[in-house]
Amino acid sequence: MVETIQATRLHPLQSGRTGPAAVSVTLADNATRVSLRARPDAVAALSKALGLALPTKPKSTAVNGSRAALWLGPDEWLIIDDGESNLVADLAKAKVLHSAVDVSHRNVGIIVSGKGAEGVVNGGCPQDLSERAFPVGAASRTVLGKIEVVLWRTAENTFRVECWRSFSPYAFAFLQVSARDIWV
Amino acid sequence: MLLIKCPYCEDERPELEFRNAGEAHLVRANPIVDQSDDDFAAFLYFRQNPKGLQFERWRHIHGCGRFFNAVRDSVSDKFLTVYKAGEPKPNVEQLVTRGTTPAEAVVESPAPRTPRTKKAEA
Amino acid sequence: MTNQVHSGSNRISGAGRLTPAKTVRFTFDGQSLTGLEGDTLASALLANGIHLVGRSFKYHRPRGILSAGSEEPNALVDIERDKSRKQPNVRATVQEIYDGLKVKSQNRWPSLTFDVGAINDVFSPMLPAGFYYKTFMWPKFAWKTIYEPKIRAAAGLGVVPGEPDTDRYSNRFAHCDVLVVGAGAAGLAAALSAAATGATVILCDEQPEVGGALRYESDVTIDGAPGYEWATATIARLRAMDNVTVLTRTTAFGYYAQNFVGLAERISDHLSTPAAEMPRERLWQIRAKKVVLATGAIERHMVFANNDRPGVMLASAARMFLNHYGVAIGRKVGVYTANDSAYAAAIDLKRAGIDVPIIVDTRDNPKSAIVEEARSLGIEVLPGHAVFSAGGKRRVSSMLIKPNRGGSERKVAVDAVIVSAGWTPSVHLFSQSRGKVAWDAANERFLPGTYAQDCLSVGACNGTDGLQDVINEAIAAGGSSAEQAGFAGKGTPVSLTATGSASWIGGMIGSAAGAGPDTTVKAFVDFQNDVTAKDVRLAVREGMHSIEHVKRFTTNGMATDQGKTSNLHGLAIAAEALNKPIPAVGLTTFRAPFTPVTFGTIVNHARHDLFDPTRRTPMHAWHAAQGAAFEDVGQWKRAWYYPQAGEDMHAAVNRECVAVRTEAGIFDASTLGKIEVVGPDAAKFLELLYTNPWEKLGVGRLRYGIMLREDGFIYDDGVVGRLAEDRFHVTTTTGGAPRVMNHMEDYLQTEFPHLDVWLTSTTEQWGVIAVQGPRSREIIAPLVEGIDMSNEAMPHMSVREGKICGVPTRLFRMSFTGETGYEINVPADYGQAVWEAIYERGKPLGLTPYGTEAMHILRAEKGYIIVGQDTDGTVTPQDAGLTWAIGKNKTDYVGIRGLLRRDLVTPGRKQLVGLKTVDPKVVLEEGAQIVANPNQPVPMTMIGHVTSSYWSENCGRSIALALVIDGTKRLGETLYVPMPNGVIEVEVTGTVFFDEKGERLNG
Repeated sequence: MVETIQATRLHPLQSGRTGPAAVSVTLADNATRVSLRARPDAVAALSKALGLALPTKPKSTAVNGSRAALWLGPDEWLIIDDGESNLVADLAKAKVLHSAVDVSHRNVGIIVSGKGAEGVVNGGCPQDLSERAFPVGAASRTVLGKIEVVLWRTAENTFRVECWRSFSPYAFAFLQVSARDIWV
Repeated sequence: MLLIKCPYCEDERPELEFRNAGEAHLVRANPIVDQSDDDFAAFLYFRQNPKGLQFERWRHIHGCGRFFNAVRDSVSDKFLTVYKAGEPKPNVEQLVTRGTTPAEAVVESPAPRTPRTKKAEA
Repeated sequence: MTNQVHSGSNRISGAGRLTPAKTVRFTFDGQSLTGLEGDTLASALLANGIHLVGRSFKYHRPRGILSAGSEEPNALVDIERDKSRKQPNVRATVQEIYDGLKVKSQNRWPSLTFDVGAINDVFSPMLPAGFYYKTFMWPKFAWKTIYEPKIRAAAGLGVVPGEPDTDRYSNRFAHCDVLVVGAGAAGLAAALSAAATGATVILCDEQPEVGGALRYESDVTIDGAPGYEWATATIARLRAMDNVTVLTRTTAFGYYAQNFVGLAERISDHLSTPAAEMPRERLWQIRAKKVVLATGAIERHMVFANNDRPGVMLASAARMFLNHYGVAIGRKVGVYTANDSAYAAAIDLKRAGIDVPIIVDTRDNPKSAIVEEARSLGIEVLPGHAVFSAGGKRRVSSMLIKPNRGGSERKVAVDAVIVSAGWTPSVHLFSQSRGKVAWDAANERFLPGTYAQDCLSVGACNGTDGLQDVINEAIAAGGSSAEQAGFAGKGTPVSLTATGSASWIGGMIGSAAGAGPDTTVKAFVDFQNDVTAKDVRLAVREGMHSIEHVKRFTTNGMATDQGKTSNLHGLAIAAEALNKPIPAVGLTTFRAPFTPVTFGTIVNHARHDLFDPTRRTPMHAWHAAQGAAFEDVGQWKRAWYYPQAGEDMHAAVNRECVAVRTEAGIFDASTLGKIEVVGPDAAKFLELLYTNPWEKLGVGRLRYGIMLREDGFIYDDGVVGRLAEDRFHVTTTTGGAPRVMNHMEDYLQTEFPHLDVWLTSTTEQWGVIAVQGPRSREIIAPLVEGIDMSNEAMPHMSVREGKICGVPTRLFRMSFTGETGYEINVPADYGQAVWEAIYERGKPLGLTPYGTEAMHILRAEKGYIIVGQDTDGTVTPQDAGLTWAIGKNKTDYVGIRGLLRRDLVTPGRKQLVGLKTVDPKVVLEEGAQIVANPNQPVPMTMIGHVTSSYWSENCGRSIALALVIDGTKRLGETLYVPMPNGVIEVEVTGTVFFDEKGERLNG
């Protein structure tokens, strides 16, 4: 017998409080995410299945509608879809060698936005985030303070920070503290 | 903090994104069960740790995740070159004489050594 | 005139750049004083006629203000905002005053003017350099109990605050094309030139205002404007440029590899009431393509008897106090110099109406025009003479003057003495960059020699004299740096015309006449550590021949000022005593930090919650609401046990253990590492990484796997499930997750790159709920959809995918308790809801939450090992009784060759066994050593140690696991565990204490 219980989601972070600073630090909406691994010869077929051209240049991304592909390594992409989506099923249609693993609940997205967002992230991220080195659309796995994150510049003054779920309170607190430093 | 060029990202990145992974060009024997005690001991434990140029492995662990090889001067901390895992060992003499900036000019001549074995050379 | 009174009697009307109306109140040792906005503590004290600022480190001699900059060795004070925000050893020449600033002098008792410790000065013949090493040799115990505490109490400077620092500190990583350190004439010109190309420029200066020496040089113009005006106009221009960042109050303290430079920015130390959000300091970690060092030069003092008397000051400092702060350092100022720059100071003072009776110049025949200018103003110039001693105690009162070559002496009454022995180029950062300095014999100075990094030194720090030359050099350096950073041919080249001197002839290093080898006078070389010329000579006589040894014996240059004023003097005196040329004696290496940096700045954000990430499981809130006690496992918080009202840990754990074996328990296993291994070669890959065979494991089946290092020792273990032909769900230990992933990636990428398989960490994708116990199936089955959970359809060690509570699950039937049990994986965000649903349903059936402590006991009752507790990196599968987990027909896996090593197959290895104490109530201590014969003499031969030990409520006795030499041959033997309170007798047993046949797993 199956009881009619429907489990509800509990996000590891509970509020989208923003600091007093010009830069806001907020939670991204729940998204579907897949860690996609494949060799170069599979890229075309997988791109077709996803409906976007998987980027093959380091530190780059491709976006189509609610769906984005972030280059993380020479055979690795993080696919994020903000809409209703079955990424794994879509990818399964491509009959080429690849690995698609659902990591929707593994990651948490945090949005850092506002004039000075670059400095807020640079409070803990050692990469050069000037627009010359890290233009809009750039993405990279890197570090923030003492944790690993995936960083994606979605607009001139907006970054999306993706980290693992249990590190999200740290990342969120770190970015908020760093955001307080921007007004001086 | 060093600045390390990742051969996969084709970009110089801060050392915080990397992790050193020991000496490069150590080869795991195949079949390993037949390896002599002495050769296995050399593979498992003995490392060169030279003063001067050393071949070492790094992993861009908080970046693209790839392991790669590098030639670094252990005196000046200068990286002479980096190359992908599986690529052959670069010619060290050429790398040294190519140096033109003051920083590269002070690199000491390479210690006379032949790395014993190599890791994952195609 | 009223303003003069308010901001100090020595403030000169019309002089300086501060605004007389903007007064600031502060206290010094409780005395209320007034200064002006923009004053440093030093200028404000001097304006109020205060020269005596502190007592010295060793001899408690009265000390004043030597300099006007960060090189200050003497004027160290204690600043207190409140109880927790106290800062000792603050340089009065750096600290800016603000309303309400509270300053205390240091190293004096009961007061600054009457200091009991000054008796040390009287007994100083007994306290020569190195006296610690020789005097306090005997008896041995006395060093720790008597000598060291006494010395520590008597010597020293400030007192560390006793409470945690409540200030905030920040951090910023930044990149630029050109970093310019120092915003004097050279730095500003270099920054202008680099910025004009469009290159990104960061310009930093440790002072609140830019200009460097232009702040006191009264007779120079740049671009047609007086020097300081040009500096302020230029900085405004630079600040307005998008590609330039100007950081004042910011010290470049460390120059590291590949142009990585550490900067400490002081943000709120000068503010009366800093905003709550404002960090006190900010660390800048800058990576620059090019660095231009424009760090200037530091004036040296003259080394003569009692040269440390308050009122004896560097000439450039006196000029700075006069021209920038409008403060006269005295009414009657004597001059002692070996160099022209003191003449410029004397002339400025004289023109400001201050009596300058005499200039004593050690040079026999100084010829510069400036000498004549001084004479023409009516100042007596006495060449070929030396000041043999300074009179006065708490303030200099006179100069005792004699001809260099002897003769009659003359005493001149003064209330201040300005000195200059010449200029030492600030090569600190250059040296830190691993550049090699070169000795400039003609000018007796070290200059940048061989560069090790992409940087250039310009201006005074490069030994360049003459303002126009300095500016030309700086413009060229700024331009070429930008060009090499990729801005060739961009922008309009900068050109600037300068007039005026700033080029000083002369100078000396070492002790002046009257403080030579034949004297015993106290002529200080290093003020902060109380090192005299005599001490340096003593060090040489005691056999120290390298400057590194002289430095350590005398502590010359080892104080917080790092010998900025003293190093060259010390070196010259040592060289003279050794009768060697200076380069042969060597120069000590300059190390970071250039000036002291607070721990707060180094640590910055990494405090409190941000010290280290705290990882919590998806069900953490539920555990906390139940009052669980938590255990730290790495960064994770794990529920340890769930005490009920009136229960202690022991009672709670016993209850939890019994519940699991009689009804059922629910346990949070989310922290276990999880790796998804996907690809057609997944099984092949696992064959190589684990000792076990995997190819034949059926889809839907689980297997316990052991992972070895290449040396054959156990590295990790865990249950692996096959979800599809090409997909495995691997679990690792909680602590091992990251390193196992790295280990697997390493082999996959570099040893077995031909395999078609990929690894993805899914540790955090899944919340894991273990339900264990005879009623586990009964409890969860009603919540599960699409899985036949019958014993036949889903036996022990199987995995199924389906739904639970409406969400996807990977349901593992497995056990770490020896009971029938399940581990339910659900997407992490659903973890708590599913947990709650299971708990609600199971509670009436006796379902009990249990924590890690009960988990440990339950697994020990079954003899299941924990890697890292029952193994220690020297344990093989055979040692641990896990030979069964090795695939017998395998030809390769990581560790296969290691296991064949002679030492690993020779008898006499430690093997895992069970121990039962003869007295069942006694619980052994984990880590306790085991012996065969307790009556043998000490040290006994130890044959093993206890790895796990617990009270087992289910067994009604204590149980333990141990690694014992040849343990499996000793079953039934009695061994002994010697403890401080007596010897404990134990029996060697098998490792399974409960349900030896394992029948309960299949219920």
